[in-house]
Amino acid sequence: MTDTTTRGRTAQGVGVDAPRPDGGPKVQGRFAYSSDLFAEGMLWGHTLRSPHASARITSIDIGPALRVGGVYAVLTADDVPGAATYGLESPDQPVLARDVVRFQGEPVAIVAADHPETARRAAAAIRVSYQPTTPLVDSRAAADAPPIHPDGNVFRHLVIRHGDLDAAAPVTVEGTYEVGMQDQAPLGTEAGLAIPREDGGLDLFVSTQALHNDLDQVCACVGLPADMVRIHLAGVGGAFGAREDVSLQIHLALLALHTGRPVKMVYDREESFFGHVHRHPVRMWYRHSAERDGTLVKVEAKLLFDGGAYASTSASVLANASCFAAGPYRVPNVHIDGWALRTNNPPCGAMRGFGAVQTCFGHEAQMDALAAALGLDPIALRLHNALATGDRLITGQIITGAAPVAEVIRTCAAAPGFDGDHDRGDGDLMALPGGAGRTAQDGDVRRAIGFAVGFKNIAFSEGFDDYSTARVRLADGVATVTCACVEVGQGFVTLAQQITREALGVDTVVLNPADTSIGSAGSSSASRQSWLSGGAVLAAAEAVRDRLLAQVAEGLGIEAGGLVLHGDRVRSTTDPAVDIGVMDASAGVVIEETVEYHHAPTEPLDENGQGNAHLALSIAAHRAVVDVDIDLGLIRLVDLVTSQEVGKILNPTQLLGQLEGGAAQGVGLALMEEIVVTDGLVRNPSFTDYLIPTALDLPDLRVAAIIEEAEPGAPFGAKGAGEAPTISSGPAVAAAVRAATGLALPRVPIHPDDIALATSSEPDGLDPQDDQR
Amino acid sequence: MLRERLGLPGAKNACEEGECGSCSVTVDGTLVCSCLVLSATAVGRDIVTVEALAPDGILSDVQQAFVDAGAVQCGFCTPGLVMAARDLLARSPQPDELEIREAISGNLCRCTGYGRVMEAIRVTIGRRGAQAAGAS
Repeated sequence: MTDTTTRGRTAQGVGVDAPRPDGGPKVQGRFAYSSDLFAEGMLWGHTLRSPHASARITSIDIGPALRVGGVYAVLTADDVPGAATYGLESPDQPVLARDVVRFQGEPVAIVAADHPETARRAAAAIRVSYQPTTPLVDSRAAADAPPIHPDGNVFRHLVIRHGDLDAAAPVTVEGTYEVGMQDQAPLGTEAGLAIPREDGGLDLFVSTQALHNDLDQVCACVGLPADMVRIHLAGVGGAFGAREDVSLQIHLALLALHTGRPVKMVYDREESFFGHVHRHPVRMWYRHSAERDGTLVKVEAKLLFDGGAYASTSASVLANASCFAAGPYRVPNVHIDGWALRTNNPPCGAMRGFGAVQTCFGHEAQMDALAAALGLDPIALRLHNALATGDRLITGQIITGAAPVAEVIRTCAAAPGFDGDHDRGDGDLMALPGGAGRTAQDGDVRRAIGFAVGFKNIAFSEGFDDYSTARVRLADGVATVTCACVEVGQGFVTLAQQITREALGVDTVVLNPADTSIGSAGSSSASRQSWLSGGAVLAAAEAVRDRLLAQVAEGLGIEAGGLVLHGDRVRSTTDPAVDIGVMDASAGVVIEETVEYHHAPTEPLDENGQGNAHLALSIAAHRAVVDVDIDLGLIRLVDLVTSQEVGKILNPTQLLGQLEGGAAQGVGLALMEEIVVTDGLVRNPSFTDYLIPTALDLPDLRVAAIIEEAEPGAPFGAKGAGEAPTISSGPAVAAAVRAATGLALPRVPIHPDDIALATSSEPDGLDPQDDQR
Repeated sequence: MLRERLGLPGAKNACEEGECGSCSVTVDGTLVCSCLVLSATAVGRDIVTVEALAPDGILSDVQQAFVDAGAVQCGFCTPGLVMAARDLLARSPQPDELEIREAISGNLCRCTGYGRVMEAIRVTIGRRGAQAAGAS
């Protein structure tokens, strides 16, 4: 019989399927999202946006709006008391447009009224005179075009020069590739509630990815010190990068401070498409040079990222794209030019995978093309060049952490095959490409396999002082955790409880609401919170534990170092008689510790794009099987297999959720997701016209291997796993479609007419000077 | 009407044009997107929202399976998916794979890729089967 008094195990600690603390409220519809908030006497805000991609504003007449009954405020650029512009990395975006608008949907005026419909009608009554100008919409022309912003049209030009630039090899393959503009499309739209305080300050409840980033930008623009504004996390309906930048935060604050009333704002889906940044559309040119045995000698690339009208995180996205542009391979000689450019297209910034997604489409298509040119197996070619710990990245950095690229490739490629011939059953139309209602025919369907591997960095790079802050309080056997880390759905709330239970041996861990009353936790992005905020919670819990042990030791009259925590038992290293439960040891005790946790410093890139810029890597591979109706160009993803290295597993089910959900977004980019922009105007800002995968578009993801290799320096050896699945899934699908059709298909998403209307079944001769589309 | 006037925010507002399923409720037993139903047409009819499924805070088997299987991430689509799964299993207690996918294909989820949602529905079917076997 198990002796539960001496077992000393912490239930629901690290590594097990602990349940989400917010699961119950969420399945009952009782979890309060930012769009569910209410305050007595609150007003409703609405934003008037530019209908033009580029125009001069010659006049704004707010009179008609003010005369609408029930309107309490109509504000323009003149009413912004603090900084006129904001931005995550470079404050170049006006809070409200003055004199000029640079993208369709740019905010021009904001309204507060007693009813959302009144606010909408009042905004429509504002008379804005625009003088439209020709928008700059071609990123290829942006660098040399007259500047459309005082800061110029180049957000960043990043070069990577590595090894011998004159190196040559007998076999070269060249290609140009394009990636369309993807939307994060979180199910929850932007929403928030601002409540003015009697002292002139403000409480702001918003769905965001980074409370303190919002705080800095709101305070600067409304002209209040940080201690007068508190930002509280309201329930977040998904993020994926869409909430890294400020959307309605500053507008809400302005309206609430101006009216002295609580103000709520909720974007509808159409406004949401204009209210946040998107994944950069990209043009890429690549040339790979290799020995006849497949050894990579040189990779050259030109990367053109269309950043749209304002900077957002374009500079950092470009850095990631460039640093990981050659893929997880040993490449001794590298010549890359990356450009992030300003245009009058919608602003682009963060989305899951952050630059590495786009270049993975390029480097993996190149590896397949190289394998074909060499007559080698594409998997063997990848394995032959796979990076490993001790190798150099193309930025010169020697990989000191986990990098089991070969194992990721090998396990994924070796997964049991898909017994697809029986899949379509007895002619079930739903199982044909295009599903029921389409006209795919069995005879036209070709099945093929594609493979891709990709990688990116964990946490912020290039010398950024990246940290998080956490407070742990232990009182009578109950631990309370305070951290401003934003829960966007990824499950940090579960991990925070698991880590605290593990470190303190307690069962009950209470999480305080996240707000800016504590120091920054940074952003829930870059796969960084498991490490950074996980590390902060762990460090704070361990500090509490050490003080508890010291107190117990003092009570027992033994030396402070003589006690250890074994699961939920306090024991002596020398005296077996000392064996006290944590519950008993902490009875009547209150211990509180706050810790700021920084990861090991990184360095900026030098003028050649060289330097120890990255903390750690995250690597995944996917193998896709598709059915393609060659006649109609319809595609069905039949099977998807993945392997990923994750450091150490903290919660198996949550990890699986990241692998599945991340892969789905990559598949979406390969097959259907694109914000269609012509002449700077968005053509499909709705879920009717912007398609994201449904349950019928995706097979069950099969996990070939989750590779656990403890990441040095990371808490528990664990690291974030949310982005890598989005990187290689799409390129694997694209590769499968190329294999099925024999077409080059250099652009994603792949549309049916790319296949059905293709003039040649042979890959095009791709030229860097050619205009691909 | 449900969210603002009746104070039932369980039905969500992600697209407001019948594409995403996050506002799903049943009207006289039929699953609908509430954003497409004019409230005047629902007078005197029996409306079930997600708030009704766990009246005493005890989760329904579908809700419990969503929690257990990891089908909840951000949770914004979850009330709609719970309603769709409940509706499917009421109509068809032993659905095959494709039938499940079709039944939830009107519900967009951006977090899960539907893997754990499918698993939650399979878990519910399994538990109901085990319960029926235990009862007989």
